[in-house]
Amino acid sequence: MTDRPSTEPQVHLGVFLTGVGPQLIWAHPDAAPHMAIETFVDVVQLLERGLFDAFFLGEGLRVRENRGRPYDLDVAGRPDAITQLAALAGATSRIGLVATQNTTYNEPADLARRLASLDLLSDGRAGWNIVTTDNAWTGENFRHGGWLEHARRYERAGEFVEAAKALWAAWEPDAAQDARAKSWSRPGAIADVRRATDLVHLTATPTVPGSRQGRPVLFQAGDSAGGRDLAARHADVVFTAHTEYDAALAYATDLRERLARHGRSPDSLRILPGAGVVLGDTPADAEDKARWVREEQITGPRALAYFEQYWGADLSGYDPDGPLPDIEPSADELDPSRGTISIDRRKGKLDLIARWREQAAAQGLSIRQLALEVSPGHPSFVGTPGQVADEWARFVRTRAVDGFNLLPYLIPQSLTEIVEKLVPALQDRGVYRTEYTGGTLRDHLALPPVDDTGPR
Amino acid sequence: MTAHVPGGGLVAAVELDGDGAHPAAWRWSGRAPADVLGPAALRSVVRTAEDAGFALATFADGPLPPSSGLDAAGRLEAGTRAAFVATTTRSLGLAPTLHVATTEPFHLATQLAALDHATNGRAGWVVGTANDAASAATVGAVPLGDDALHRETADVVDVARALWDSWEDDSVVRDVATGRYLDPDKVHHVDFTGARFTVKGPLITPRPPQGQIVVIADAALGIADRADVVLVRGTDPDDVAAAATRARDAGAPRVFAEVDVVLDGSDPAAAARLAALDADTVWPPTGRLRHVGTPAGLVTVLKRLAGSVDGVRFHPAVLAVDLPLLATEVLPGLRDLLRRPGRTLRASLGLPRPANRHVAAGSPA
Repeated sequence: MTDRPSTEPQVHLGVFLTGVGPQLIWAHPDAAPHMAIETFVDVVQLLERGLFDAFFLGEGLRVRENRGRPYDLDVAGRPDAITQLAALAGATSRIGLVATQNTTYNEPADLARRLASLDLLSDGRAGWNIVTTDNAWTGENFRHGGWLEHARRYERAGEFVEAAKALWAAWEPDAAQDARAKSWSRPGAIADVRRATDLVHLTATPTVPGSRQGRPVLFQAGDSAGGRDLAARHADVVFTAHTEYDAALAYATDLRERLARHGRSPDSLRILPGAGVVLGDTPADAEDKARWVREEQITGPRALAYFEQYWGADLSGYDPDGPLPDIEPSADELDPSRGTISIDRRKGKLDLIARWREQAAAQGLSIRQLALEVSPGHPSFVGTPGQVADEWARFVRTRAVDGFNLLPYLIPQSLTEIVEKLVPALQDRGVYRTEYTGGTLRDHLALPPVDDTGPR
Repeated sequence: MTAHVPGGGLVAAVELDGDGAHPAAWRWSGRAPADVLGPAALRSVVRTAEDAGFALATFADGPLPPSSGLDAAGRLEAGTRAAFVATTTRSLGLAPTLHVATTEPFHLATQLAALDHATNGRAGWVVGTANDAASAATVGAVPLGDDALHRETADVVDVARALWDSWEDDSVVRDVATGRYLDPDKVHHVDFTGARFTVKGPLITPRPPQGQIVVIADAALGIADRADVVLVRGTDPDDVAAAATRARDAGAPRVFAEVDVVLDGSDPAAAARLAALDADTVWPPTGRLRHVGTPAGLVTVLKRLAGSVDGVRFHPAVLAVDLPLLATEVLPGLRDLLRRPGRTLRASLGLPRPANRHVAAGSPA
């Protein structure tokens, strides 16, 4: 049973809780404590009332730093994703639960088993957002250190995912027998899995059978050519950054071409860009609120800290409401200690800073005003619930996207208004479910049954 | 010799893995064997344990199937099982077995810290040391020698404890005036160097509610001074008492006796039940005290043990049969002797919440 009884395309919604970072407003009196289990339970139960497809947890395996010390201005500290989602599985019954976990600093048999356990305990609601990490800075917390060179991280990821799929498929259906049988499992019904390459090495007898949805739903977030290819081979859902309509459509077209090259149908993959949403009662009200959100996110100290990572220098002596620093930035490129660096910012920071200087001079911008313009995290959709719902309906009807993975700015309030105002507007337009019709995450996403045997 | 729980009393713990401790338990559980892998069975057994007044449930685990041969069964990962019941229990301590040599120490410490946050302070860790060739092969490794395994075990416990202290309790300041969410002087790198790995730190998770997760280790691991609870074996109460003395001398803050139980129900008697179970698969000796008989007889044994240990961890032969009997016939018989569960697992054990090493005595430990 799936969630697509009619041919009308549907908006699939998730919430991506990074748990850390500048987009989460913590200084507001309504901000819930970010580590309290009660906050997580409230949010996930809220989203379940809003008939969301899934709740995602992010991952970051090292506390973010600024010039060698823990970065102090953003929300920091988060739980282990699978542990937290297992706790939330016990407090919910329908919503999908997706853990971001990387393939560099995990072992395939261990991670596959933990994900499969979450999938069984949630009765088929687990997902895995596959990410890779290539930086040695994160590796300093792990046995292998920075062992994987950049060029091979997607190679490892591919082999890792293939091993995980083999582990999840190792139990034949009904491998467990009844209590009067000679043995617990039917002889030969559980296959050992062996891998022996220089990137993935294991021999394991899986202890967890497939769930009601077969195996965890696979999400993939990389946007590089390697990431897109990994998605086209393995993913059920891609989590992209393209929320501008033309870019989203171009991405979807590219990805569907890649799918075809791997022998997969265009309907076997959902595209869910990450998106910030700011709602208001009127268009002007929404614009005002979006401006307020940005100003809460980009405070003076944060604006200085944002540029410190580019300058590679202490800028604390500068006035955030004054002109750009007059000192020259260091020559070294960005380091990853403030979190993942997007690919287009890994090289050429001096050129970028030169362009910023020109922009600030031309527009007369202060440090903070420039940060408000150029730092990432602008909300993708700002408007009344009706405006946003109209826009989203157009996105899904033209197959530019299948839905969105929402990035909240204030927990729980920014999600409460989406559930209470935007969801009904989407329902009015016939592009959002009015009840859960399936039980599993795969059902919610209207994905075809698992087929891990076809050509890739 | 006397136990030294402040306020006295025995702490009741129970191992809840699978269908029970007996390898043939799956044939005698009155349900389809595969049901053991579902949420309903887990919820049910945990609810029974909490309602009975147990202070602690443990969840055995390993990288390989539990049991072997004809009894080789499925099993869900223990940390995930413990977390699944975090929000539906209120007083029960939850301690999964996590293994030191087949996992990443940083992930292990994070998972346990998250469990402690999710339970508001009821997490424990049963230190696992799976090190046979097949277990090691699941992560593409080979077994360690005895000395190396001992060192690895000590290193993983040490780094986990360092990571749990890496955020001071008051490190999250949420100071609106300065824009500071945390005080960077109170979040510390751990710079741990073990024999086989290094960890930079800090943990990605703030300090657990209990400060330090309760570390539970078998006496045979030889890390009594690093543990909070040491599990001792002995086939009679005198052996257990001697083992408890050795554990305390080695520095164990709390000592629990390990006790296998097969109890008389309405019918048949325990001995007959065990004979029937053993006819399917013989339960090999575990080294643990094994009580096969009446609930009243077990109460008598436990009263003797109370003179030498702080708690008992029961290993019911068949959870579906022996856990309800422990709940209705044994724990009530211990009423005056039993220590009631507290708000946190440390409180249940009468253990203080440890000061952070970065704060205690003003100097790093």
